[in-house]
Amino acid sequence: MIHPGAASRLAPYRALFGARFRMLLQYRAAALGGLATQIAFGLILIMIYDAFYRSSTAAVQPMAFRQVASYVWLGQALLMMLPWNVDSEMRAMMRSGGVAYELSRPVDLYTWWYARAAAQRTAPVVLRAVPMLVFAMVGLPLLGLGEWRLGPPASLAAAIGFAAALVGALAVACAFSVLLYIAWIWTLAADGIVTVASTAVSMLSGLLIPLPLFPDWARTALRWLPFAGILDQPARIYTGHIASGELAAVLARQLGWTAVLIALGRRLLARGLRRVVVQGG
Amino acid sequence: MAQIVVEQLVKTYQIAERAPGLWGAVRGLARRRHRTVRALDGVSFAIERGELVGYIGPNGAGKSTTVKALSGILVPDSGRCEVAGRVPWRQRLDHVARIGVVFGQRTQLWWDLPVVESFELLRDIYRVPPARFAQARDQLIALLDLAPLLDVPVRQLSLGQRMRCDLAAALLHAPDILFLDEPTIGLDAVSKLAVRDFIQRLNRDDGVTVILTTHDMDDIEALCTRVMVIAGGKILSDGTLGELRRRVSRERWLTIDLAEAGAVIDDPAAQVIRRDGARVWLAFDPEVVAPAELIRRVTSRCAIRDLFVENPPIETVVARLYAAHRLDPQGAAGGAAQGAAT
Amino acid sequence: MTGLGNAIALYGRYAAASVKSQLQYRASAVMTALGTLLITASEFVAVWALFDRFGQIHGWRLPEIALFYGLISITWALCDAIARGFDNFAQIVKSGEFDRILLRPRSTVLQLLGQELTLRRVGRLVQGAAVLGYAFAAGRIDWTPGRAVLLVGSIGCGICVFLGIVMLQAASAFWTVESLEVWNSFTYGGVTMGQYPLAIYRPWFRALFIYVFPIGCVTYFPGVAILGRPDPLGAPPIVGWLAPLAGPVFLAGCLQIWRIGVRHYRSTGS
Repeated sequence: MIHPGAASRLAPYRALFGARFRMLLQYRAAALGGLATQIAFGLILIMIYDAFYRSSTAAVQPMAFRQVASYVWLGQALLMMLPWNVDSEMRAMMRSGGVAYELSRPVDLYTWWYARAAAQRTAPVVLRAVPMLVFAMVGLPLLGLGEWRLGPPASLAAAIGFAAALVGALAVACAFSVLLYIAWIWTLAADGIVTVASTAVSMLSGLLIPLPLFPDWARTALRWLPFAGILDQPARIYTGHIASGELAAVLARQLGWTAVLIALGRRLLARGLRRVVVQGG
Repeated sequence: MAQIVVEQLVKTYQIAERAPGLWGAVRGLARRRHRTVRALDGVSFAIERGELVGYIGPNGAGKSTTVKALSGILVPDSGRCEVAGRVPWRQRLDHVARIGVVFGQRTQLWWDLPVVESFELLRDIYRVPPARFAQARDQLIALLDLAPLLDVPVRQLSLGQRMRCDLAAALLHAPDILFLDEPTIGLDAVSKLAVRDFIQRLNRDDGVTVILTTHDMDDIEALCTRVMVIAGGKILSDGTLGELRRRVSRERWLTIDLAEAGAVIDDPAAQVIRRDGARVWLAFDPEVVAPAELIRRVTSRCAIRDLFVENPPIETVVARLYAAHRLDPQGAAGGAAQGAAT
Repeated sequence: MTGLGNAIALYGRYAAASVKSQLQYRASAVMTALGTLLITASEFVAVWALFDRFGQIHGWRLPEIALFYGLISITWALCDAIARGFDNFAQIVKSGEFDRILLRPRSTVLQLLGQELTLRRVGRLVQGAAVLGYAFAAGRIDWTPGRAVLLVGSIGCGICVFLGIVMLQAASAFWTVESLEVWNSFTYGGVTMGQYPLAIYRPWFRALFIYVFPIGCVTYFPGVAILGRPDPLGAPPIVGWLAPLAGPVFLAGCLQIWRIGVRHYRSTGS
């Protein structure tokens, strides 16, 4: 059923998303340069895991090596979706007090920023992921390095589950991104907060090292943090390490964290803005 | 033997032509089409020690290319160039140690440091003996009134203050030749006069050869006895300002302030080029009608409150020279050779 | 050699000026340094986790890895601290700042090295020193004066290798301003690669980092000599002592390419 009221209310946010998305797609040269580096990194990481796997028995191996390889490539492909940075344009604007301009628009600021984050977290991924996937799935076997490739999804159910989990991952990532934007309202030294957040994201999402390779006693804690839902769990659905039956649990956790982070973000934004206005900013 | 000798300098640039769009970019990978631009097309001149020369021309004329070649940054395709007996681009380190360069739009000072520390860094870069440095520094501080600025970080200086500091910085190692590129751009009137005054004194009292590249014709008129005009890579004119004017036309202007704004001014020998309220500008050729005669004729016909006779602004002269060059490139260049010979 | 002495003295002045500039933004610098320390520490936590699970990699244990890891962290931190002028070179060319560098009667390399001594890199330096300290404590290294000299010498030669790579990256800006990040594969990628002994990699990969970008020559071979281990790759012990010299040789080659780049810049103009 179409609700014309809702559609027109969402129009400005859709417009922002579309405009920003298209603009970001133009940065092809930068994407290409970064692509080569990411491929190099992916290869080196896989080589290191390969050496560890050859030196050990299955008893200590939580997942098969080819699943590790796929996991690494998925991490590199989705790198720009992870909320480990605030783009320089936003940072410059927040530091120069440009939030005043943002407030002057007749839109809900949180949703506005969420739409913006959505564009920032998807367009660069689209630019990089496609060539990266081509290289990881097709190029590597052609080079005789097929054992390090990104394999296909474990099953059709895994593929569908991956797609669904990806949407959930994006939702969480954008909510976290907006939290980082909001940090700039609370303190000018938000660089430090972004760095800490960046480290947390990198370490706890599976980007730095596949989460299953962490000590077993950490597994439960890692699973319940929001970051696992951004990369680790979608990647493990893809490789079949998480059974398709558990998809519902993964999605539920992603949804839950999205709701929590959005609620937290809205509250911090409202309180932060009141402080700014009171200080005459 | 002239201090700076330039003979038939030629420099061409290859500019890659890129077809628009994605298909054009792909094609560009396979075969690059190039457009050749002759930035310097046989430029020749000689400058004696102690001259103050203006070097003017439209954008893209070859001004900065010439200065880059003279300062040793750029290697020309062909031609001869000697500055104080050295070939600039072949003996770069020796050459740049004896020249100073000031860019009006970019400071060479260290942004976050107090001015005096930039000076000290430059002393070490140029290997100036401490005694000589102290003397040059103190002299420049006095001449340019820099004492209150010495401990101020460069980023906190106003444009005028920064320019004065940049001038001093370029002269700390006592160069024989100073290249100035737009030194008064963006400056207020007081600062402009201070900078002009300093340059004049530097040239007159210390005998520093100065080559001034600028679009500001007031600077040229105030400072330069000699002006070189370059356009399309060729020198169009090389001589005094008077010669430049005469080359383009003998025209002079009679400016009249009428008692009545709407009065009709009419004279067969004069042409009304502009009216602005009660003020009228008339152009005339002094060899067709003497200024005094024209004044008599005009004042007898209308009530005048004030009048004066002047040369057309140098911008107009130069603009006409460029225009003539575009219509007749060979003719204009030939005139330059004659101009240089006189 | 007064020429070299003068150059070193001038570099000292540049460094002092740069440090003074940065100390004006003390709070921000401290925060960034701490941030880098945090990030690099987390990277080593990942390494620790891998050894906690797997125990060893091709027979190498954590304290031995820590030697290579600490070595390359310190080497890269020091190089990164002095190489900002080259790292930023595309911007320097674009803004016309390189013309000003050519107008000064000094080597372009010296001036670019003098652009900044980046204090923030101390974060990674501290991390590297801590990891190296752990390697000394937990490993059973038989220290001799020779090995100590080899350690310090390897760091110096290692700085030469990384500086050479960054110089190549900067030199490519003379021909094209795009896709310079490709070189990060060899700098940051090289650092990641060098954290583990070369022996664990495939032969073709090893060859790249021995004969082309000799990072292995300044970490792996001297590291093996310091550990007193027989080299699984079969190189005789003398290699461990001589291999670091590949660093200065490589840098000399990169300097030649740099000079070609400057010549190209000066004949085509900006």
